[in-house]
Amino acid sequence: MTTLTMAKALNEGMRKAMEEDPKVLIMGEDVGKLGGVFRVTDGLQKDFGEQRVIDTPLAESGIIGTAIGLALRGYRPVCEIQFDGFVFPAADQIITQLAKMPLRSLGKLKLPVVVRIPCGGGIGAVEHHSESPETYFTHTAGLRVMTCSNPADAYTMLRQAIRCDDPVIFFEPKRRYWDKAEVDVESADWPPFDQARVVRPGTDVTLLAYGPMVKTCLEAAKAAEEDGRSLEVVDLRSLNPLDVPRIVESVRRTGRCVVVHEAPVFTGFGAEIAARVTEECFYHLESPVLRVGGPSTPYPPSRLEDHYLPDLDRVLHAVDRAFAF
Amino acid sequence: MTADGSRGTEAPPELVQLLTPEGERIEHPDYPLDLSPEEVRALYRDLVLVRRVDMEAVALQRQGELGLWASLLGQEAAQIGSGRAMADTDMAFPTYREHGVAWCRGVDPVNLLGLFRGVNHGGWDPAEHNFHLYTIVIGSQTLHAVGYAMGIQRDGAEAATLVYFGDGATSQGDVNESFIWASVFNAPVVFFCQNNQWAISEPLEKQTRIPLYRRASGFGFPGVRVDGNDVFACLAVTRKALADARSGGGPVLIEAFTYRMGAHTTSDDPTRYRVAAELEAWKLKDPIERVRAYLFKNQLADQEFFDAIDAEADELGRDVRKRCLALPDPEPMAIFEHVYAERHPLIDAERAEFAAYLEGFEG
Ligand SMILES: Cc1ncc(C[n+]2csc(CCOP(=O)(O)OP(=O)(O)O)c2C)c(N)n1
Repeated sequence: MTTLTMAKALNEGMRKAMEEDPKVLIMGEDVGKLGGVFRVTDGLQKDFGEQRVIDTPLAESGIIGTAIGLALRGYRPVCEIQFDGFVFPAADQIITQLAKMPLRSLGKLKLPVVVRIPCGGGIGAVEHHSESPETYFTHTAGLRVMTCSNPADAYTMLRQAIRCDDPVIFFEPKRRYWDKAEVDVESADWPPFDQARVVRPGTDVTLLAYGPMVKTCLEAAKAAEEDGRSLEVVDLRSLNPLDVPRIVESVRRTGRCVVVHEAPVFTGFGAEIAARVTEECFYHLESPVLRVGGPSTPYPPSRLEDHYLPDLDRVLHAVDRAFAF
Repeated sequence: MTADGSRGTEAPPELVQLLTPEGERIEHPDYPLDLSPEEVRALYRDLVLVRRVDMEAVALQRQGELGLWASLLGQEAAQIGSGRAMADTDMAFPTYREHGVAWCRGVDPVNLLGLFRGVNHGGWDPAEHNFHLYTIVIGSQTLHAVGYAMGIQRDGAEAATLVYFGDGATSQGDVNESFIWASVFNAPVVFFCQNNQWAISEPLEKQTRIPLYRRASGFGFPGVRVDGNDVFACLAVTRKALADARSGGGPVLIEAFTYRMGAHTTSDDPTRYRVAAELEAWKLKDPIERVRAYLFKNQLADQEFFDAIDAEADELGRDVRKRCLALPDPEPMAIFEHVYAERHPLIDAERAEFAAYLEGFEG
């Protein structure tokens, strides 16, 4: 066991994957000498060279499009999109090509491309640096979409994403990059990357969260305990595929469910969960599934982000509402 | 290497220069420039004042008053020269670093600071200043500029657009598409690329293997490389390009060959990727020093003049600082403002819900 930040755990995940498989490539803007603007690829170019850690031209469509070509040739590119808001120039290649080519080839082509995207707010950044675009990608069939919430998952999930023969959109909650925890980088006994996990058991309400909001929900659960309420926190980990059985099991037990994410609530990822849970747990529910997320507005200037982002109070407020029914 | 042996990073002989780093005035057959002493002094004043605003902003960021700042240090001549070349009716489309152009267009520097402080996403009226909002997504604004130019064309107006972008941006699809549109529609647009040699950590050769101005010929319009640290040359070349565009001559690409003296932004650490010697070499080409030398040599200004400008710069710095610190945080409910031009029931409902939620904390 080693204590690592999430950024370092991701770095270690890529390093190990590159050592293990010479076909693994890292590509993106500033990933080389600079080590990425968050230093997640720090030192990799020094150790693996410019042929394997590629500083690309400043063109996101180009990054994903050429990664597709490299994958067609047997490579396993791990692409970094510098910030969430800059994935859109690449959206065409991701949505029209990356997601669909395996199907079009009747399974003859595999596209093992990982697209790493630092996501979410809370770091006081300017426009386009704080968004949560996961729903655009969960809505696109053919992509796996996942997001880690802690260093250990960051390591094991990225390892599995790189080994996976499908394209994976991998969201990294940037405000958790500096969180530290124990990571076992030796063991290969990894919890499957497409399963949800109960990170705090409870009996009264299920909080469903992913990425940056898992920590917030854990804090809320701790605070609720003082009021005598027992909140179960489930880290979804994978958004597509979604681990529906685990969600259903939890909600049937607690009878209440609150979904928490940073993205706007309207047609956000929580809407899918609410619909699923309603279908599968209708007779077990004490209250409707509630959602906590951003308003239906663009991400605000940073001096307002504390109001925009769900915090412990917003989560507890939703819990109160769930009990009030 | 290209067939003719040129590389994107070398300054080729065709660099247009009207003022040497030593302050010697030289003539260029295609770009005559006749400036009165007052005009030269005014340019000098602009250069000094925008550098002062920039320095103040960097300091404010260091003190935690701004979340981020993208410094223009070293690029003053490119911005003031091109900015002062515009007619009132011309429209500028900036990136996020065009503080000098904003200055020329009369945008209050405190508005620029407000954006980086995080109190708004822009805050000035683009129509009032003919200066569009800052654009953070690399290259997007080049297409807007061409569309705007197509509008000018349709209106039969006597105007052009001037769009700014960096060397890194030239790799983006949008920028290449904007070249195609501009060319095919013969739009009155001047592309102004500030080639400051770096896109964050990536040197120019990670974006191109030919000098950027030569790209234009492949799209069917002229390209010219200008000494981006020479305010005279930037003024003359942009003036001519804009005049040509206004009179139906179509697009022009100007590559201002310059250098980013500071970090990419205040979050960046250039020591990780660039050597100090490069910076030292460019210091000798400082855009302000050469105008100062020219003014001195030709006895167009005395010490009193320089002292007065410095005093004005200090005063401006103090004023900008004071007003930046006084910028209040927006009200929480501002999140719901201006999302749509017309009433929107979902926003109304969410606004009401949020107001009720906030009220819950009072009392
Ligand atoms: C589409 C997009 N991708 C990535 C970024 C992150 N980013 C911001 S500035 C920058 C480098 C820009 O370099 P250049 O175009 O040369 O302009 P400069 O900042 O040097 O003036 C990058 C990669 C972005 N803002 N937009």
